[in-house]
Amino acid sequence: MEVSDSSSRILAGLLEARTGQQLTMSRRWRIETALSALLRERSIATLDELITILVMNKDPKLADAVVEALLNNETYFFRDRAPFDMIGQRFLPEIAQRRPDKRLRIWSAGCSSGQEAYSIAMMLSADPLRWQGWTFDIIGTDVSDAVISKARRAHYTQFEVQRGLGIQETIRWFEEDEDGWQANEKLRKMVKFEVRNILDAPPMGGPFDLVLCRNVLLYLNNERRRAAFERISTVIAPDGGLLLGAGETVIGQTERFAADRGHRGLYRPVDLTSPEAKLLGT
Amino acid sequence: MKTCLIVDDSKVIRKVARHILETLEFQVEEAGDGREALTHCESKMPDVVLLDWNMPVMSGMEFLKLLRQSGHSDQPKVVFCTTENDMAHIRAALEAGADEYVMKPFDRETLHVKLQLVGVA
Ligand SMILES: C[S@@+](CC[C@H](N)C(=O)[O-])C[C@H]1O[C@@H](n2cnc3c(N)ncnc32)[C@H](O)[C@@H]1O
Repeated sequence: MEVSDSSSRILAGLLEARTGQQLTMSRRWRIETALSALLRERSIATLDELITILVMNKDPKLADAVVEALLNNETYFFRDRAPFDMIGQRFLPEIAQRRPDKRLRIWSAGCSSGQEAYSIAMMLSADPLRWQGWTFDIIGTDVSDAVISKARRAHYTQFEVQRGLGIQETIRWFEEDEDGWQANEKLRKMVKFEVRNILDAPPMGGPFDLVLCRNVLLYLNNERRRAAFERISTVIAPDGGLLLGAGETVIGQTERFAADRGHRGLYRPVDLTSPEAKLLGT
Repeated sequence: MKTCLIVDDSKVIRKVARHILETLEFQVEEAGDGREALTHCESKMPDVVLLDWNMPVMSGMEFLKLLRQSGHSDQPKVVFCTTENDMAHIRAALEAGADEYVMKPFDRETLHVKLQLVGVA
């Protein structure tokens, strides 16, 4: 089945309108694979037929499903490890000294199937002495219904579990069943999930001490990316931190955040009303 | 360069694992069963052993127990790599002194993460 230019443009346009995500060239090549299961499920014979249904807006639910199928949901537990060590051993303990109410609020934005949020929960629980008496509000949000349902189920395949977790972490936090690994009650209770578009209003429950928005804003156009940073800046604590993916940066993208030299990969909100910020002409 | 001893009775698995490990810049040695692996360790301890469970002559478990009892001070890290993926096997492996556990099938990323976790990659 050949994907014509016009079809791929229509699909890319739908994805971008809903999520801001631009379909990269390499993913355009994979449109067919990405949609094949959906076509089979709905007994739609060809991509052209799918496009016709979409264009005539005959089935709004179908458009949602197409968007979900085209999104890149790749994630794994403790992705890149090092940022989690930095957060767990330095950033959060530091910020905790300024939180007499013993409460930390963490938002995983674009959380996919939940691995990032659960990694934070595991990391904090692994250090009970330090965090005794603390309350953590961890929330994960994603535009995709499908990944949020999966995050709530907290059930992962063997492949997903071992692609990031050490064996001790696995047996401590998961129970094995016939087709994979189920996160235990304690871990699941620590994290809440919500379907939410990063281009819309941020979740309630802030101000957040830590926002993780990793590997999400990469394929947004500059204007949308700037808007996303701006929204995040409205719900982040003044002394909070924003963690981006490896290789992502705010430089040249927004004035709302600046790199924290002491914490690699972490960005701090900039108070644009401060005299220093005004002097810089931002 | 770190050294890794692959212990598996399947030639195919050894080949795949060798390929991955070489891209991770390990110097790789191979053994087809636990007995061969022990002989190997007697002459030269690797930094890490990638260990299958079920093998003829001597199983991975027997090998691990003998290795840990051997009194050698330069003990390698041991990563079990097996199709035995139930809790009972995992616990038994950890009790016998395994450092990590990979459930087959695995890919490069998984192996890389596990080797990082035991501190050799
Ligand atoms: C590549 S995954 C990254 C997941 C995780 N943060 C990580 O780094 O492993 C990107 C996720 O962002 C989500 N996403 C894309 N556009 C979004 C939007 N506009 N609002 C919320 N989530 C979005 C996707 O559905 C996907 O689950």
